[in-house]
Amino acid sequence: MAADPHSLVAPYALNALDDEECRAFEQHLAVCERCRNELAGLKEAAASLAYGAVGPAPPPELRERILTQARSERENVTSLPQRRRSWTAPLAAAAAIAASVALGLGVWSATRPASTNVFTSVVSQPGSRVISMGDQGALAVARDGEAAIVLRVPRAPAGKTYQAWVIRDDGIKSAGLFGGGGDASVVKLSRPVPRGSVVGVTVEQAGGAPQPTQQPFVASGEKT
Amino acid sequence: MTALLTTSPPPAASRDLAHVSDEALLSLVASSDDQALAELYDRFGRVAYGLALRILRDEALAQDAVQEAFLAIWRSADRFLAERAKASTWILTLVHRRSVDLVRREDRRRGEPLESAGEPAAPETVEDEATLGFERRVVQEALSRLQPEQREALELGYYGGLTQSELAERLGLPLGTIKSRMFTGLSRLRELLAEAGLESSYP
Repeated sequence: MAADPHSLVAPYALNALDDEECRAFEQHLAVCERCRNELAGLKEAAASLAYGAVGPAPPPELRERILTQARSERENVTSLPQRRRSWTAPLAAAAAIAASVALGLGVWSATRPASTNVFTSVVSQPGSRVISMGDQGALAVARDGEAAIVLRVPRAPAGKTYQAWVIRDDGIKSAGLFGGGGDASVVKLSRPVPRGSVVGVTVEQAGGAPQPTQQPFVASGEKT
Repeated sequence: MTALLTTSPPPAASRDLAHVSDEALLSLVASSDDQALAELYDRFGRVAYGLALRILRDEALAQDAVQEAFLAIWRSADRFLAERAKASTWILTLVHRRSVDLVRREDRRRGEPLESAGEPAAPETVEDEATLGFERRVVQEALSRLQPEQREALELGYYGGLTQSELAERLGLPLGTIKSRMFTGLSRLRELLAEAGLESSYP
């Protein structure tokens, strides 16, 4: 597809791309902040078009059908509720996450030993930068591309792993696996992060995947 | 970011979720709270069904689309938390996506212009009239103020479920023209809705 990927933002907001175009645009989106910003507003406008189609009420039994099905799924997956609740907890306490990053930084500046953890050791290098990964954590990149992330995520479910990715316009490369859990995971990335990259994290089958099988649930908010 | 949650657990009995924000409801849904799902359905089920019906033009298929969308919300509400969007946008985008997937699979898209397909009935209860009826009028009014070719691109794309390429072929226009009509149309729509005070704010 030779088209300028930026031009797909409105068709994407309208769900007017075919599957292949959609996947290609989502890869672009992961590395293009301009499109992410633009998309947010356009998606909201597109969604409000739904109100232009308001018509008759759905039959009452639809509500019951949905709720019955939802409850039965919950009962079938007993371990899930706990896992799911723990997913929301870190986000609920957005401030606490920022604090956990600050704590990492604080430990470094107050007590120094660069070996405290790999995150602080990256941050302690001159010219390094810390980039937010939303409310769940942060990415630190040293000038030479050495990088680490601190991320507050629950332990990965059985048979699954977290996988970090270095995402660039010319491709996506694995940057290591980790299990999550505890207060926060501090992970040194297994490959350098070149300028102009985005770092994202997905949940994959144990052992990792050659390429991400889902959209990153968390990604660094700007290019490095 | 809006305050999504409090850390205290919700009261066990007779919870009144009426004053809980959509975003907070979604985070309760992410923790498998079925009452929160029921409340979200009560808020969005009707709009969702209207949209699905407009796209699919078949009551059974529209119900399927709404059911699939709400179950997707149930299963993946935790993903919303990483999104930069209002909950309503996320929910209605999911409903739209399911409806469009279904209509493409069933290939139920019609050849004739959508305007001639008959407008859906307006909401009839007093309460619905006050809220949904108002929003419906605002959106339709905003649509009517777009340039006709912008409106056509949005309506055929969003309500018709056509991809940009199908739209280009059908209208006999270059793909670039379709993309730019979609972009200018959506951008203008956003301004008009903001002027009408419907849009809350994406920063």
